[in-house]
Amino acid sequence: MAWDRDQMAARAAEELEDGMYVNLGIGIPTLVANYTGDKDITLQSENGMLGMGPFPYEGEEDPDLINAGKQTITELNRTSYFDSATSFGMIRGGKIAAAILGAMEVAENGDLANWMIPGKLVKGMGGAMDLVAGVKRVIVVMDHTNKAGESKLLKSCTLPLTGKAVVDRIITNLGVLDVVEGGLKIVETADGVTEDEIRAATEATIVG
Amino acid sequence: MKKVYDNAAEALDGLLKDGMFISAGGFGLCGIPELLIDAIVDSGVKDLTIASNNCGVDGFGLGKLLDTKQIRKMISSYVGENAEFMRQYLSGELELEFNPQGTLAERMRAGGSGIPGFYTKTGVGTQIADGKEVKVFDGEEYILERGIVADLAIVKAWKADDTGNLVFRKTARNFNPPAAMSGKVCVVEVEEIVERGALDPDCIHLPGIYVHRIIQGPHEKRIEKVTTRKKETA
Repeated sequence: MAWDRDQMAARAAEELEDGMYVNLGIGIPTLVANYTGDKDITLQSENGMLGMGPFPYEGEEDPDLINAGKQTITELNRTSYFDSATSFGMIRGGKIAAAILGAMEVAENGDLANWMIPGKLVKGMGGAMDLVAGVKRVIVVMDHTNKAGESKLLKSCTLPLTGKAVVDRIITNLGVLDVVEGGLKIVETADGVTEDEIRAATEATIVG
Repeated sequence: MKKVYDNAAEALDGLLKDGMFISAGGFGLCGIPELLIDAIVDSGVKDLTIASNNCGVDGFGLGKLLDTKQIRKMISSYVGENAEFMRQYLSGELELEFNPQGTLAERMRAGGSGIPGFYTKTGVGTQIADGKEVKVFDGEEYILERGIVADLAIVKAWKADDTGNLVFRKTARNFNPPAAMSGKVCVVEVEEIVERGALDPDCIHLPGIYVHRIIQGPHEKRIEKVTTRKKETA
């Protein structure tokens, strides 16, 4: 039994420690906020906010208060606001402890591709390149394989890169892998998944 | 020193010319200078190069300038919300330079601060680095990015006094201060112009030195993605 989206998000939340400033990407990473429990985590939204709160109640939306996905959100009693240059200053400057992001492909050396597919609609990288270049720890949460059943953990990325050798840890529906010298290391398997099953579903070199 | 104007058309009078370079504040539809954009549409000025994180949506914000084909080139980090943008881009009518979001913000801040270029690790080893100088500092590679100095900056703030001191509201601040800084001339639209002394000098987000002309709303302030939760019933 592989992990579902919520179980992957819950596992990713275990990566966060009390007192951390964290940036969550769109998709499964957004769900991580539901599983931080009693830990004192401050969420950064790169459009200029620390201390992001939940979605507003109906009728309480504020057009001046959105997250990086353009969704209406709320503030907390710890919230601070700042401009985009300051926001990316803290990202690029290594002040954000961790970013949890989705991905299309990750290579065994930590290369990440998650912003464009040549020949398809290109929307832009937004803040993803700055985030992976700057934050202390980059954690990717994604399905282990694509819709065709092919591994998304590769020897080298086929798609244009978002960042080179930037990923530290990958959490998939099958388990948890770290980027280490020489390839990927399995550090945990999802409930009911064996290491052999992970190896069979992975194109990247698995070491150890 | 008269900075306050009656409306957007008057505030832009004499500042617009074909082929000019404009920096615009805003993130998505949040904190965009919607009145100044409308006035630029009405002016008919064309062949614009615009540095802005996004390009509005179809029919609102900078999307209006796409409908009238007044934009020649966009410098942006994300343009996914706009079908007309894609149509013009794919047909070759519109030029697009993708910048990582933080690089774009810093290019504006740097340009306005007298810094013609800076080195960043954002984009090293990616397409973004193609053709850019690479320099190694302390064993790590960085790429050279250029500061942006625009002919005109158009920005949106919450409150201003008549000297141009600005206060922004919540996440509507976003690109507005760096965009304002990057302009040789900066025109600001606000929701309220207040009396001198009404803004706490310790709480000014952008000093009036960056602001040359000011107009007051009303603003539509459209929301791009209304997302809510249900009230828990006890």
